[in-house]
Amino acid sequence: MIKAINFNNLTFAAINAAEALKSALAKPASQIITEISDSKLRGCGGAGFPAGLKLSLLSKETNTPKYIICNADEGEPGTFKDREILTNYPDLVFAGMAIAAHATGATKGILYLRAEYNYMREHLENVITQYRNKDFDLIIRLGAGAYVCGEETSLIESLEGLRGEPRNRPPFPIQQGFLNQPTGVNNVETFAWITSIISKGAKWFNAVGTEKSFGYKLFSISGDCAKPGVYELPMGTTLAEMLKIAGGEGAKAVQVGGASGQLINAANFNRKLAFEDAPPSGSIMVFGAKRKMLDIAENFLDFFYDESCGQCTPCRKGNPKLLEGIKLLKEGKCSKEYLEQLIDLCETMQTASKCALGQSSPNAFLTIIKDFSEEYALKQ
Amino acid sequence: MSNNEITLTIDDQKVTVPYGTTILKAAEKLGIKIPTLCFHEDLCISGACRMCVVEIEGFRTLQASCAYPITAPIVVRTSSPKITRARKNILGLILSDHYGDCYTCKKNMNCELQTLSKDYGIDAFCFGRKSKPEKETSKELKFGDNIDWPIQYDPEKCILCERCVRACTGYYMDNGVLGVSERSNNSKISTFKDFPLSRVNCINCGQCVTHCPTGALTERDDRAVVWKALTDPTKHVVIQTAPAPRAGIGECFGVEPGHSFTFEMNTALRCCGFDKVFDTNFSADLTIMEEGTELLIRLYKALVEKDASIKLPQFTSCSPGWVKYLEHFYPEFLDCASTAKSPQQMFGAIIKTYYAKLNNIDPKNIVSVALMPCTAKKFECDRPEMRASGFKDVDYGITTREMAQMFTEAGIDLPKMPKSDFDNPFGSATGSGVIFGATGGVMESALRTVIDLVTGEKVEDLYANADIIPVRGFEGVRYAEIPITKVGPVPAILKHLVPDWNWLKGVTLKVAVAHGTANARKVMEDIKAGGKFSECHFVEFMACPGGCLGGGGQPIPTSPQIRAKRAKAIYADDKGLKVRKSYENPAVLEIYEKFLTDGPCGHLSHKLLHTKYVARGKYIK
Repeated sequence: MIKAINFNNLTFAAINAAEALKSALAKPASQIITEISDSKLRGCGGAGFPAGLKLSLLSKETNTPKYIICNADEGEPGTFKDREILTNYPDLVFAGMAIAAHATGATKGILYLRAEYNYMREHLENVITQYRNKDFDLIIRLGAGAYVCGEETSLIESLEGLRGEPRNRPPFPIQQGFLNQPTGVNNVETFAWITSIISKGAKWFNAVGTEKSFGYKLFSISGDCAKPGVYELPMGTTLAEMLKIAGGEGAKAVQVGGASGQLINAANFNRKLAFEDAPPSGSIMVFGAKRKMLDIAENFLDFFYDESCGQCTPCRKGNPKLLEGIKLLKEGKCSKEYLEQLIDLCETMQTASKCALGQSSPNAFLTIIKDFSEEYALKQ
Repeated sequence: MSNNEITLTIDDQKVTVPYGTTILKAAEKLGIKIPTLCFHEDLCISGACRMCVVEIEGFRTLQASCAYPITAPIVVRTSSPKITRARKNILGLILSDHYGDCYTCKKNMNCELQTLSKDYGIDAFCFGRKSKPEKETSKELKFGDNIDWPIQYDPEKCILCERCVRACTGYYMDNGVLGVSERSNNSKISTFKDFPLSRVNCINCGQCVTHCPTGALTERDDRAVVWKALTDPTKHVVIQTAPAPRAGIGECFGVEPGHSFTFEMNTALRCCGFDKVFDTNFSADLTIMEEGTELLIRLYKALVEKDASIKLPQFTSCSPGWVKYLEHFYPEFLDCASTAKSPQQMFGAIIKTYYAKLNNIDPKNIVSVALMPCTAKKFECDRPEMRASGFKDVDYGITTREMAQMFTEAGIDLPKMPKSDFDNPFGSATGSGVIFGATGGVMESALRTVIDLVTGEKVEDLYANADIIPVRGFEGVRYAEIPITKVGPVPAILKHLVPDWNWLKGVTLKVAVAHGTANARKVMEDIKAGGKFSECHFVEFMACPGGCLGGGGQPIPTSPQIRAKRAKAIYADDKGLKVRKSYENPAVLEIYEKFLTDGPCGHLSHKLLHTKYVARGKYIK
């Protein structure tokens, strides 16, 4: 269940999806886009692209048919908020997709469901029929378990029956996405918020937050805390506040935004969960005082080593080198020179990798090297 | 600047390019060379290797210049310390997993990875170096395991640029044999279930080889067996040389593409120890006689006798890559393929019968070698059907690259060789034989002969200089119609087959040409659907882009520009020849007079010069 902090006494539970959709369909498309733009909602999948702008761009594409895709390939380690939304509030998601379709002139919708969530397919199929009609052909398609398919262009490749590998951008999916047609891809939560905003209004949403990040956000909090779970928090909540809520006081560090996000040490727990500060994407992992940071880096890199699609050189070959480097560090066999070489490699991976996977996989490595130097010794 | 052009800044210089041009191409216009590895002119864009990354103002990350279409007036920097560091790191990563000693590599001095390492002054293996891998011994053959298959793969040298994959299935080819399996660091180039190439639909075209930047994909090396034969005093070693290698081999000796070394090569081959040097153009002319006659017979049976069992259009069968493609993907159309063997195999059969008898040589002591622009020719000469002479008609097919290597080993600097002629009795060549090397060449040759023989007039009356321009060029699929308005008497050589040509009067001959299996597929699918091409009488198919001159055995690198230059050389050779029509080749006329006495498509030629095909199907057994 979503453990809502009753900031406004409002959660997804209070939204009537069918009514929201009905009211949206009665309004002109431009008004929906304006409403979403005014709410200042940003994509909840990680990149934080302004949701209203995405709808607006898609609505301007002239090529038809257009597609609305819901990215339910929730694969970021430590993220499970979409699972909760799909389990408890699938109507909000499908209604959000239908609203987005109405706003953009899209006629086809696909929910790309993570392979591991196959168990909820029957449940979703039952709900989806209410939202499928002659104007909006809405279907569910299953992933096959690759992490990289959470990246929107890989997801599209996968939908087309190809290897899940990222595409070159530009062209962007908005211009040429699924089957080279204009495609808007959004996270599960984004669609749920779209429905909520249509129901409650842009002002309700943007009344809270920081100067640059608005509204509410779900966080999957896990790790060394007393009350792990999915929490709805207003944008701008500090890490310290969040830890207090989840019972994670005394943590040594927090990984924000999943394995590809940022590692933040205790000295920086005053940082805010906001786009301009600590990335407010869904996953929060709390690391208690006893955790060894090198083990954490090794665990993450092991994950990226396995999940890299293998297409581009920096990611395919870089992650194994970083993993090897961590092992050397753990054994005290890494020289200062080689560590510098690896730090240099991290920059190459961050800047030259084809997609966000390789661009963000060195993040945790770099932070641990920089902020937790007391936890390793270099070869003398 | 027109509406569809855009001006951007690269390294502080302004350049105007068409909208959507890639940064790589725009930089080229300014003379700025951005390093590439996975990029190839012939292939769709990948953007996987990341060697070509550049900085764009306002972007956090570097962008792959080969994959970035310019749609805004961006400001680009193609070289900076950050970029150089990235490129060096990428090279370091690739080299950390690339096992192979440059000394013992076939691509030594012609390897793009080696060149980049030199260009970037790589002086250490910054991320380590792979040690010699232990060869896994598994009972079942896997991709890369066939030591006798024409295409050889060494995974240790593979850098996963996927150029082979895109060559196998892309703009030109549509074979779908190679792909990538597994993921992450375990990614590898693979076939279906990692089967060896002998168990999948590989047509041996060798386009993967000519597009591989390293030594991972190469052809089976037959130099050793040829050298062995050359040094064996009991063997009479003859070689036939196809037209395309002449137009390409100079490139292996540092000569600009587009120069033929036909006669220098004759001398060089004799220096290597070949007893006789023959011109495959002879058997190309013979092919035209057989294939052209077969076409006329098919037309007669279909149009006059209304024989419903006769299949049209007739397909050419000179390209062994195309033949195997047809066997795999369209086995139901095998009856359309001309039964005429390819020029290589026709020559092989003639050498071990007619030539052996003429010179009183026991055919078992003849070693027949064919110099071809082609890796599929290695497979073709190994086909069990190709033993009409009682022996293997052609013993070894060697590629242009292998031949160049043999010359180098023999200390021969080809461009400096004196010129010498081909050996008799097959010496004289026609322009028709020469143009077999280019896409559309077989069609043009066939038309030159068929039009003359049927109308009793000269093709020059229809097409100036007998240059049948509509079938030339590099357009993927070409189509032409030739109305037959008058007919002449049936020439003596064909008298036994048809009484007159009157039935052809008023017929419009419809022909088509396709090169590259992707284009072949377009034509085949159209035929299958009963479209325009199903009404053709004759269709020329070549497996490789540009025809034989772009073959998988030709010098590396290849590109549309290089192939255009090779084609120019081939058509120039044709123009320079006195006899330009197959049926006027005196050696061909002589062989029908003295040996194949029952004429084209007669009993003996059927036995020696025609073949049958195997319906392979696309599914793996």
